Amino acid sequence: MNPVLRVMARRCVMAVPLLFVVSALTFLLVSLTPGNAAQEILGTSATPAEYAAFNRALGLNLPLYEQYWDWLRHALTGNLGQSIFTGQPVVQAIGQRLPVTLSLLVGALAVSAVIGVGLGVFSALRGGAGGRAADVLALIGFSLPAFWVGAELIVIFAVWLNWFPATGYVSVSDSPAGWLRSLILPVAALALYGIASLAKQTREAMLDVLASEHIRMARVNGISPVSIVFRHALRNASIRVVTVLGLLAVGLLGGTVLVENVFALPGLGSLMVTAATQHDLPVVAGMVVYFTVIVVAINLLVDVAYVWLNPRVRVR
Amino acid sequence: MSFLRRLLRRPLALACCAYLAIVTAVAIVAPIVMPSVNSQDAGDLFAANQLPSWSHLLGTDTLGRDVLSRLLVGDRVTLIGVVEALVVLLVLAVPLGLAAGYLGGWTDRVVTWLADLTFSLPAVVIIIVVLSVFPASMLAGMVTFGVIAAPGLMRIVRSATLPIREELYVKAAEASGLSRTYILTRHILPRIAGVVIVQASLLAAVALGVQTGLAFLKLLVAAPAPSWGGMVADGTSVLLLHPWLIVPPGAAIAITMLALSLLGDTVRDATVENWSAPVATRAATKARAKAEAQARAETAPPAEGRLLDVRQLSISFLGRERDVRVVEDVTFDVAAGEIVGIVGESGCGKSVTTAAIVGLLPGSGRIDGGSIWFGGKDLSRASEADLRALRGRKIGFVSQEPMVSLDPVYRVGAQIAEALRQHRGLSRPAARARTLELLRDMHFTDPGAVAVRYPHEISGGMAQRVAIARALAGEPELLIADEPTTALDVTVQAEILELLRELRTTRQMAVLIVTHDWGVVADLCDRVVVMYAGQIVERSDTQSVFDTPLHPYTEALLASNPHLAPEAATLPVIPGTVPPPGSWPAGCRFSARCRYAVPACSAHAVPIDAPYQAHETRCIRVDQLIKP
Repeated sequence: MNPVLRVMARRCVMAVPLLFVVSALTFLLVSLTPGNAAQEILGTSATPAEYAAFNRALGLNLPLYEQYWDWLRHALTGNLGQSIFTGQPVVQAIGQRLPVTLSLLVGALAVSAVIGVGLGVFSALRGGAGGRAADVLALIGFSLPAFWVGAELIVIFAVWLNWFPATGYVSVSDSPAGWLRSLILPVAALALYGIASLAKQTREAMLDVLASEHIRMARVNGISPVSIVFRHALRNASIRVVTVLGLLAVGLLGGTVLVENVFALPGLGSLMVTAATQHDLPVVAGMVVYFTVIVVAINLLVDVAYVWLNPRVRVR
Repeated sequence: MSFLRRLLRRPLALACCAYLAIVTAVAIVAPIVMPSVNSQDAGDLFAANQLPSWSHLLGTDTLGRDVLSRLLVGDRVTLIGVVEALVVLLVLAVPLGLAAGYLGGWTDRVVTWLADLTFSLPAVVIIIVVLSVFPASMLAGMVTFGVIAAPGLMRIVRSATLPIREELYVKAAEASGLSRTYILTRHILPRIAGVVIVQASLLAAVALGVQTGLAFLKLLVAAPAPSWGGMVADGTSVLLLHPWLIVPPGAAIAITMLALSLLGDTVRDATVENWSAPVATRAATKARAKAEAQARAETAPPAEGRLLDVRQLSISFLGRERDVRVVEDVTFDVAAGEIVGIVGESGCGKSVTTAAIVGLLPGSGRIDGGSIWFGGKDLSRASEADLRALRGRKIGFVSQEPMVSLDPVYRVGAQIAEALRQHRGLSRPAARARTLELLRDMHFTDPGAVAVRYPHEISGGMAQRVAIARALAGEPELLIADEPTTALDVTVQAEILELLRELRTTRQMAVLIVTHDWGVVADLCDRVVVMYAGQIVERSDTQSVFDTPLHPYTEALLASNPHLAPEAATLPVIPGTVPPPGSWPAGCRFSARCRYAVPACSAHAVPIDAPYQAHETRCIRVDQLIKP
């Protein structure tokens, strides 16, 4: 079997029990919650009969495993239920917000990859001051929390300089330019960590490869420096960089929750926080499924890229 | 403990430790000294939103509360969160990682599988779900983070344990019947402590980020109690009016995270304490080599017919206190189409000499004497650009480890084609065609099938032939082969030697071959240079060296050669070892191991001399030892 297909198959097979376990755990956890949706919606003044009617209407009176089985059955047909609070189908609620989070995530990843890898390569080649500069930059990037950087960016670029809107999101279909403007600051806030971590990892990977015997032999046999750096060293280092990029993507996905909060972006993160505090079980479960699928997809892409970049893992 | 001393000698590490000690002290003391801050809903509302002043060093917030006291009191909850996560992390990851690395087998598989699984979890989302169940429970949130982050650390502990398991003293402890628990805690744990400390420090920084992030989302700490993340959130809600409010808590978070990650980095540096030359040294070495090259007197170009002419070459490396000379006063030449061998034990300076010819001495190495004439240029003082123009085009190079001398991610044909396109300016199709021809010249019966393979898909002997093909792509006049057959088995060796001999005839190419195998010399070489401890001790045509070795070292080396020794006889070995660079004796460097040595041998440095025409040796007793 084609190695790429095999890797994809393996990830997908692993994803099934993962989704099952994660959603079941979510059900279990949320049901343990001291508060419940009926109290949140009807308030504390409702009579027990009213609570019972409410729970019956939404199926919340059923045993947990039946609720879960019900949910699972529908989930397999692509129906993740409805929000207890708004009555909006979960798939629709998430679908509205997914583009915001994905724009933010992909944007931050792209910026981190371009700048981070570029800086890493540069510092690996320049050594000395350049190398130290990359190390210092990496440390700073690690140490500044994204939510705080976001807030400071708003102060500087939105309030003082008035270059970008402070908060809010413009859909790309409404105005591509507005969409870009609304994303620049959040992407920058999120990407700082990515740039730092990729610069550092790329630098280390490049230094390792540049010290290897095959690079020495290419050099001894007169292969040009440009070819050595980009065709040979960077290509070999990219195997490790891609792995880092995958971990980074998962990390930044968590970061979007914070950054969306700072910039008041209507993404998955803010939905997640609201739903979790309101015990909106269908929404929480749906969100967990979506986030898990995104992470599985990221890992899948990394695996495929890894096989594609590294002929040694392809089986003859 | 020397490691700790080494660490504390670094001012940066000391500063980080001092800062973190202060943060910890504040976390303990501040809530005791200012007990009211945690429950203070509002301060002096008439003094709200003030910028720093003498009465409020960091100003006041929107409710008129003193920012500094909130910052100091909020330190405790922030730090407790980090400690909670760290404890869970270490308690889970270290034992499991140790077990996986040390026991292997199914323990290892289960642990690795679990780690894989958690890498597929969206950590922050899981923590938020947990926090919806346990509202404002920092313990629940940070424990969840610890559990999710543990597999990452577990992997690191596992891979740090793996090599230690294989070490002799652990094997010895096992053999002597010590229990596994004892071995793990007494022998292995101390060895991986450095790694764990580094990771703990870095993970503490991550935990701080998570704690403050969740507090920022108001999920961890119930108002009005202050926390650093919560203070940033308060400030963010009035960002447009009072941008100052986010600065103190943000700075506190950033500086603490900086201290933690810096500490991790410095601990790591202190644990590895590497010996490799830092890049700065390499630049300095280059500058010094250039200055010295200019200071050296220029030598006259060599006589016609000498392709390569190395004269009085000396090479030094930067030692810890002083320069260490590794090659001294080496003189030899190679004529066009000639095969010359450099023979000697490991550590005699053979490989370094060949690296110097192509201007690629490793690390802090530099030429500090003599000249290398090739193609009308003295390479010891040539610019990098000149040397680059030479490599591959005039001088080809083949190394002793064919399997790692090719780039693992490209097909072997592409690597030969790349050299062809660079050196000969061929188009892609032409380079492809020429690649196949070259491979055919290397005795591959099906060049097309070989060209599309990756280096890991071919054998050592095949890889060496591919490497030779690449070295020949620029049609060089000289091929330097650094122990080209050492890593190969005997039948393959013969193939490679046959190939080299044939190349000399068909291409009129000179070969400089480094070897410690007399069989190779006898098979291939026209002339031989014998090196010992950085010097040439004997130099002549192959026949004379085999017939009448003049230097006792050559004689001993020949006697210890398995190809020449009589069948079934015990192979004589030369007692002792080559003295390492930096501890060469003043007199004859071989005298300590020489069976003919007399006191006079160690008295003075021995010059090289040619008692019999072109047969040179570096031995003061040659007249007494050799009866012509």
